[in-house]
Amino acid sequence: MGAERLCRVDELSGVAMTSPDPMKKKHKGLPLVSGGLVSMICECPPYRWAASRCYRWGLQGRSLTVMVPYLWLVLLFLAPFLIVVKISFSEIRIAIPPYAPLFEMIDGLYVQLNLHMANYQRLFHDDLYMHAYLSSLRIAVVSTVLTLLVGYPIAYGMARAPKSWRLPLLMLVILPFWTSFLIRVYAWIGILKTEGFLNMFLLWTGVIDEPLVILHTNIAVYIGIVYSYLPFMILPLYSSLEKMDHSLLEAAADLGCPPHKAFWKVTFPLSRPGIIAGCFLVFIPAVGEFVIPDLLGGSSTLMIGKTLWSEFFNNRDWPLASAAAVILLLLLVVPIVWFQRFQSNRSQLGE
Amino acid sequence: MIKSWSWFNKVSLIVGFAFLYVPIILLVIYSFNESRLVTVWAGFSTKWYGQLFQNEGIMNAAMVTLKVAFLSSTLATIFGTMAGFSMVRFGRFRGRTLFNGMIYAPLVMPEVITGLSLLLMFVAISLDRGLWTITLAHTTFAMCYVAVVIQARLNAFDRSIEEAAMDLGCPPLKTFFVITLPIILPGVLSGWLLSFTLSLDDLVIASFTTGPGATTLPMKIYSMVRFGVTPEINAVSTILIGIIATGVLLASVLHKRRESQRKNDELLASAIP
Repeated sequence: MGAERLCRVDELSGVAMTSPDPMKKKHKGLPLVSGGLVSMICECPPYRWAASRCYRWGLQGRSLTVMVPYLWLVLLFLAPFLIVVKISFSEIRIAIPPYAPLFEMIDGLYVQLNLHMANYQRLFHDDLYMHAYLSSLRIAVVSTVLTLLVGYPIAYGMARAPKSWRLPLLMLVILPFWTSFLIRVYAWIGILKTEGFLNMFLLWTGVIDEPLVILHTNIAVYIGIVYSYLPFMILPLYSSLEKMDHSLLEAAADLGCPPHKAFWKVTFPLSRPGIIAGCFLVFIPAVGEFVIPDLLGGSSTLMIGKTLWSEFFNNRDWPLASAAAVILLLLLVVPIVWFQRFQSNRSQLGE
Repeated sequence: MIKSWSWFNKVSLIVGFAFLYVPIILLVIYSFNESRLVTVWAGFSTKWYGQLFQNEGIMNAAMVTLKVAFLSSTLATIFGTMAGFSMVRFGRFRGRTLFNGMIYAPLVMPEVITGLSLLLMFVAISLDRGLWTITLAHTTFAMCYVAVVIQARLNAFDRSIEEAAMDLGCPPLKTFFVITLPIILPGVLSGWLLSFTLSLDDLVIASFTTGPGATTLPMKIYSMVRFGVTPEINAVSTILIGIIATGVLLASVLHKRRESQRKNDELLASAIP
């Protein structure tokens, strides 16, 4: 889901980037009003007083602009994460909150550090968790490959469509992003269940005699992930395929290269950045996915997002859930850092 | 260009878009089904919509969701704009690497982890959980998206007009509101729209950070889905899809109109010697 948003952002910033040269735009209405308002505020004595006070304390507009979001993120992103790490080392306790404190005062003199490694030991020795991690990785890899196989022909078709068609087609790919993830997953329940649309259709056409059992199996999870994350694969693929110079294919054809060979020799290697970006954008969120395995998968579908959720909400083992979260993040750090490197290299090359 | 659009391309586009849209279309069609059985068509009816508006649980959840979405997207837009501005304009300030990390990390962080960590902190500082904690959580992750959008917008921005304003004696704050803000306004608005839909969609983070009495619409839908497919869920979903599709289409139409307006202006400007 995280990457879904990233893609939305990509699309939005894409719109922003292609936007006009701002200099030539005429500003009416708003700037005049806001300008008048701002200069009124700026000349107001309380504002000047506050500004001079802030200035004396070394707080200028500039540092305030950094400080406010900085503090917000430290308090609501960094601190919570450190708390997770802390609780992952504590012991479960039947109390509110259900974990033992990490530091304990003894006789008001010593501070005792209760560093408890058992949660991590349990994660590594209990088969359930190891299976959950491995099966999350496996499901994510398989569905990334499937998404690539489904998405490539679509992106290729879009890139070769007449110019006037491309923007509407792009819009059609982006639109499902904005509709709720939960609703899109829910829509598949009605299709895949035993008396659902797919079975009705297949029975009607006579392809099968007995309804297929798809819902609550891993196949349903694959379908759900491919469906939900398909736009992320299509967008980067499309952007690298669309940039391709078609004269290269013409040159290949002139030199007697058959089209399918030209595809593998020219088009496919040139679309590699798109393939890599798309695969990361599908793989990273798929590993930690919760909604899809929970609604479409069955009891045999083990995924770490689901395990963590049930450990937290059903078993109320907060320390263990925290440890599971820390390990999940460590698993994802490698692909995330790699992806960031890849992206920044690419943007440097692009400039 | 050689044989630009082959039959293979057309077929893969048709199949691909059918895959993307058929589930949503079926969902919408069957929300107008008379029968309680979702997959058997028994005639057109809007009775599920009527029932929806009488269902107090759903209406309350919708109110909570809208409140959270409005508050958090507005806050996220303000903080995100500040963050994006700092990242582009202030060069290398102290703690810049950490700041960048904290902006990008929530974008790729699995939602279960974000939700869990926020809840554990709210418990640790014994904050009463409810509508406000969901708002805090949504603001935090949405502001990172806004920051990225604003950053992209500012990178494509010509600084010399700002400098010109300041050379002419305009104070920095006024320069921001009079020169910078109107130019990055489309970015700010799309950031707001993005945060709004993110907050509207979110199930996992809201489930972790909520408290008694604050149920959002996705949480309500999720608990209903667990009991099976019902026409009411189809009806709620159809309304949500309708609202979001209208919003996005409206935004893109407005964008197009501005664009063509600008082209006209440019043409006029170039016509005058």
